Amino acid sequence: MSANVAVVRFPGTNCEFDVAEAVTALGGEPTIVFHDEVSLGSADSVVIAGGFAHGDYLRPGAIARFSPIMEAVSRFALEGGAVIGICNGFQVLCESHLLPGALQKNAGLRFKCGTARLRVESNRSALTEQCDVGDELDIPINHFEGNYTCSEETLAELRDNDRIVLRYVENPNGSVDDIAGICNEGRNVVGLMPHPERACNPLLGSNDGVPLMRSLLESALASA
Amino acid sequence: MTFDVVVEVRLRPGIADPQGATIERALPALGFDGVSSVGVGKSIRFTLESADEESARAELADLCERFLSNPVIEDSEITLTPVAS
Repeated sequence: MSANVAVVRFPGTNCEFDVAEAVTALGGEPTIVFHDEVSLGSADSVVIAGGFAHGDYLRPGAIARFSPIMEAVSRFALEGGAVIGICNGFQVLCESHLLPGALQKNAGLRFKCGTARLRVESNRSALTEQCDVGDELDIPINHFEGNYTCSEETLAELRDNDRIVLRYVENPNGSVDDIAGICNEGRNVVGLMPHPERACNPLLGSNDGVPLMRSLLESALASA
Repeated sequence: MTFDVVVEVRLRPGIADPQGATIERALPALGFDGVSSVGVGKSIRFTLESADEESARAELADLCERFLSNPVIEDSEITLTPVAS
């Protein structure tokens, strides 16, 4: 049995095919779902792919949040389904209040494009179950607004409940507490700025994204 | 009633404003030496139909909270002016 992964595509999304490719290579079955649909079909898990949903007008994710498909995504997440937001997808999840906090412009105002080394801080999440705490992964980053920020209370809550799942070994964007990825209380919704789907083949320079994508497929099957 | 509305969205105190900082750093090169505390925000203008000023303000507060600003990082200030009919 293979996992059905819905890959959400808004106008302006540009990483949906990379995600679909990585999912296929690992034995999953991706379906690209357009933003104006109201159902996720028979999906076992959802990926909100990166890009510039609705042109990032107003704020990244601000308009995507009101796309019809997001109601289905919220419902799916609240029922415990695995939802992963990558890069712009992370911004969409924060704007949708499925994850706390916000992503602001990188410190130094530079668009960051390169490989970042991440440390797995928690393997109790839909994206990191197949990893060990302390694993270091080289994963591409590609963003201008990836500087994670949140209130002091939220940060304390994230720390105390083991909800910071990935940290940068060297902080590229000014994110508070070196945060690269966080999860929700239920640990089924995960957002991260780096792109694991672009690191699933040694030809691309790293296949460190494989354990992350594999975790997602396993989470999908577990909830199926 | 019809109102002209201006919503100014600015970063909350304590939130890094790299655009403001960059502008501030550039100003001395142009001979503007006395400028400090530069902050960059957005100004959003529109007209609104509402029963009265109270209902307009309630609607605008909700609109700012849920859409025009992200309260985690931004504050918004609403200015509304009744349009003479």
